[in-house]
Amino acid sequence: MYHPILPALVLALPLAGAIINGVGAFLWREDHRVARWVGPLAVGASFVVVAINFFAMKASGTTAASVVSLWTWIAAGGLHVGVDLQFDRLSMVMMLIVTGVSTLIHVYSIGYMRGDPGFNRFFAYLNLFVFFMLVLVTAASFPLMFVGWEGVGLCSYLLIGFWYENEAYSNAGKKAFIVNRIGDFGFLVAMFIIFGIFGSLDFSQVLPAATGHLRYGDVWATLITLFLFLACMGKSAQIPLYVWLPDAMAGPTPVSALIHAATMVTAGVYLVARTSVLFALAPISQAVVATVGAGTALFAATIATQQWDIKKVLAYSTISQLGYMFLAVGVGAFTAGIFHLMTHAFFKALLFLGAGAVIHSVEHAWHEAGRHGGDPNDMRNHGDLRRWMPVTWITMWSATLAISGVFPFAGFFSKDEVIWKSGVLGYPLLWGVALVAAFLTAGYMARLMALTFHGGENRTGEEARGHLHGAPLAMAVPLVVLGVLSLVGGWIQIPEALPLPHVSALEGWLDPVFEPAHHVMAMHGGAAATAAPLGGGELTWGLISTVVALAVVVWIFLAVVRRRYRPAAESPEPTGLSLVLYRKWYVDELYDRLIVRPLMALWRGCWKIVDDGLIDGTVNGLASGARAVGWVGSQLQSGRLGAYVLLFMVGVLVILGTVAF
Amino acid sequence: MYHSHWILTLLLAIPLAGAFACLGVSGERAGRVALWTTVLEAALALPLFWTFRIGAGSFQNTVSVPWIGAWGIGYRVGIDGISLLMVLLTVVIMPLAVAGSFRYIERHRPAYYASMLVLTTGMLGVFVALDMFLFYVFWELMLVPMYFIIGIWGGERRLYSAIKFFLYTTVGSLLMLVAIAGLVYLHWRSSGTVTFAYAELLNTPISRPVQFWLFAAFALAFAIKVPMFPLHTWLPDAHTEAPTAGSVVLAGILLKMGTYGFLRFGIPLFPRAATSHAVVGLFVTLAVIGILYAAWVAAVQPDAKKLVAYTSVAHLGFVMLGVFGFTAEGLQGGILQMVNHGISTGALFLLIGMLYERRHTRNIADFGGIAKVMPVFAVCLVVVALSSIGLPGTNGFVGEFLILVGTFRTHPLATVIAATGVIFAACYMLPMVQRVILNPLDRQENRELQDLGGRERAILVPLLALILLIGVYPKPFLDRLAPAVDRVLQRVDMLPSVPTARAERALPPGVRLGREAFTANLSGVVDAPPAPAPGPERGS
Repeated sequence: MYHPILPALVLALPLAGAIINGVGAFLWREDHRVARWVGPLAVGASFVVVAINFFAMKASGTTAASVVSLWTWIAAGGLHVGVDLQFDRLSMVMMLIVTGVSTLIHVYSIGYMRGDPGFNRFFAYLNLFVFFMLVLVTAASFPLMFVGWEGVGLCSYLLIGFWYENEAYSNAGKKAFIVNRIGDFGFLVAMFIIFGIFGSLDFSQVLPAATGHLRYGDVWATLITLFLFLACMGKSAQIPLYVWLPDAMAGPTPVSALIHAATMVTAGVYLVARTSVLFALAPISQAVVATVGAGTALFAATIATQQWDIKKVLAYSTISQLGYMFLAVGVGAFTAGIFHLMTHAFFKALLFLGAGAVIHSVEHAWHEAGRHGGDPNDMRNHGDLRRWMPVTWITMWSATLAISGVFPFAGFFSKDEVIWKSGVLGYPLLWGVALVAAFLTAGYMARLMALTFHGGENRTGEEARGHLHGAPLAMAVPLVVLGVLSLVGGWIQIPEALPLPHVSALEGWLDPVFEPAHHVMAMHGGAAATAAPLGGGELTWGLISTVVALAVVVWIFLAVVRRRYRPAAESPEPTGLSLVLYRKWYVDELYDRLIVRPLMALWRGCWKIVDDGLIDGTVNGLASGARAVGWVGSQLQSGRLGAYVLLFMVGVLVILGTVAF
Repeated sequence: MYHSHWILTLLLAIPLAGAFACLGVSGERAGRVALWTTVLEAALALPLFWTFRIGAGSFQNTVSVPWIGAWGIGYRVGIDGISLLMVLLTVVIMPLAVAGSFRYIERHRPAYYASMLVLTTGMLGVFVALDMFLFYVFWELMLVPMYFIIGIWGGERRLYSAIKFFLYTTVGSLLMLVAIAGLVYLHWRSSGTVTFAYAELLNTPISRPVQFWLFAAFALAFAIKVPMFPLHTWLPDAHTEAPTAGSVVLAGILLKMGTYGFLRFGIPLFPRAATSHAVVGLFVTLAVIGILYAAWVAAVQPDAKKLVAYTSVAHLGFVMLGVFGFTAEGLQGGILQMVNHGISTGALFLLIGMLYERRHTRNIADFGGIAKVMPVFAVCLVVVALSSIGLPGTNGFVGEFLILVGTFRTHPLATVIAATGVIFAACYMLPMVQRVILNPLDRQENRELQDLGGRERAILVPLLALILLIGVYPKPFLDRLAPAVDRVLQRVDMLPSVPTARAERALPPGVRLGREAFTANLSGVVDAPPAPAPGPERGS
């Protein structure tokens, strides 16, 4: 029998770290020694506790969830919500990913943020983020999960605008928060409906009872899941709410790696997986999730091909990869979705950290050379950096091949699983879209690597070149660890079709969690096909996709390396389709014209016309009216005797007249 | 002592005594007298939280002494869970408001602090009065000092604002006075005794049409006080022109008079009118309009104080939604949200006041980047702002969530529309926070700002602590509210014309669950005729 070991400690450690560093941000602002140790250690220790729990759970072989009740949170009327933590196989996977990747990124941040005046504050926010993320994945009820859900959003807001004196950065933070709130509205409404139907918001009350209360294809199941998916669109940056994520790159690069690539943005995928049985009951919602996912995967990939900012490429790449995850959970391949979530956490974190090392190096070189202005993120200002940054260069290639889906890197197994499942589970069109997007992925990644690390010519500038440096140790170690994980991370799940030992560690581990959902789908949807939409088995298509991916990588790489680029300042503006893609299909401009400006006009109208004009006009009009009547009355009291007598006579006549008739 | 009956009387008397003492001393010493009076008041009142018997359905600490015997008027006071929280909110806010005035108020200090103390008695009286006449006396008593506080110590347009505030409120309360008289008359006709006792008047048999008229008079008075759209326009002016402490008291406590009035008098006295489809529909609609409309208008305000004033309208809209949703969750959430709003909006006004004392402007555009020079202030502002927009983990979320999750069962569509308020809340609060504490620190005047001092931190700490405490552990507060809320619900439950979830409260737990019962609930609301009383077989 498995009992969670020190469950509260998993969350308490990062929280304690956040508090200590938060205090440090005020009391010992200049002294970064405490934060340097406390920040990573708090998360690392949490990782250790999670790992111990993982092995204990594994040893016990239990498939049930263990719920730890800490205290009663909200109890009113028929609603009872506890601060209850749920340790089951799914939350265990998420905890391992979150604390593991977080620990690496915390270590990296020691190097990246060295010397920043906000060092302590940074680690306070980062620790706090890990705390909320753990609340999100361990919560045993919807409202508690919502605490984590909005909590990570808050940390994201604080960290995007970490360098708050830059107005563009604090704008980006605000945008992220507001767009996410649109999603959170969906989460709220979903909870209202769930409480209305189930009378509870605990997972243990709702999910097992779902098939009893909701029919297959039930309109309420559809509404619940669509509102939940609205929340996912916000948090996990799917069309049409993805617009905040590219701007979120304003935050320090470790933040982009941790929050906006590896963990927080995957919360939506986790939410769908957690409520898989509800989605299984709502085929319409499933189709919506899968379609939006595939659409986002392709759409974001097209934009990524024409960005010059290395972090923007990776941001759109993240949106695109999240699309794959939603495609997976949308078609009902929940394990595949979580699998891709995991491998993506490795290679995308690595790509951001590598990009951070590049930016760090270029920035310092420029600083040393006395150069100001210029964008260290712009890949046209990089070039041939492999000579100075070998560790970054090699590890990033590992991640590039992983994300491109080249055998035997991690991404090959997870992405192939997603694409294959979408094909055999009845979504042929989305299968095709996902394949095309996969080849675009290989293309934009090869372009990124070629521009940044290759080309035989460095574009940072004469004086700066001598100051370029490789990643310092604190930054290099996480790169190497993640580089290895980008290679081997996929080997826990090797399909039977490949001529390799069949491994299904993850599927075996997660199957009990998704069993109810699979059961519903099997009852109503029928069995999965055994061949892809165009014929051919899993092996054939695995082969095709890895060969094509590799071919695209080589083709684009050679094409880019052969071309001569000039530094950003001297480069011409893109034209034609390139410009449209570079401008991100003009979606931000569209939103501004269609939504932001009309709303602002409406709000101003409410204030000036309705409030000041209509309502206050009436009120003040009444007051003036009363004053006018009073004025007339006061004129009658003139003090002249003659007038009084006259009035008196008129009055008498009127009264007499009324009496007489 | 706390089970004895005179604690409430003591609480009413101390501020009055303090007010006289203030008038007797000069200048700054008046402030100190007022501070000590309110601190003593708080120290005396706070133990009530623990001595209050949880789960008891009746009023506690009651006193009933004849006052004007021939008219059946008595000094009758007592508290239930709702009063308890309102009384405690008042005694917590008042010392902070007084301490927050030390730097702001420079003229006629004794009169100012005496007004604040008289105001305290007036507000506490409204919350504890169980006699309609006494209630009305306190109701008017608090109006006068507030009028002077705005009119004498306010900003540039203080006279206009004060008169507007006074007239708006008086129009409502005069009609209420007529209705009280009518109610007493009806009671005399049916029972032969003249009395103003709340408990007696509850038993007055009133015909349905008359209920509507009397309820309308009460409702107008309370709706102005809440304030509900479109009767809210006195509020932005009063808030903006009042001195900091005036705004704090106005938002923190005075605005609760309206919703409290509905809960204590409007609904229980005239349940048939209050729960009729027309009235519920009207109030739910106005509440939802208030939530959205006020948030929109708030989002485009250049003046920080006016912005916060409009957010009050939105927040109180949530409270009204919870009240007129008539569910246990919604009502408890609504009352808790009254407390929450007092804490977070009070804190917001205090923070803006602290800025004003330094820069003599409330124009949002005049600030920017001051997190750099005022980090403690920045942290406080962010925490309070998050509480105001209902971030989970803060008090604001618990209240809003309960309101919405409860009301959804009786008014799903209205609740969903109201829930979009969480988006607009972010739209008004975050830009303000950004433009004040973030962005470049590009003005010379702002570079020299001093961070919060000891007195200012001491004022904010209790509020911040409450924000987090109620956010993580609201149970002690909700526990104290449950019986009072149940009594309100029982009061409206007696009526067959009230559809929806309340009827189900009678069912054994678990029976009301399920899709059929839920959708039946919805159709009961969506279709105009009252839903049939659900039998226990439904939803099984």
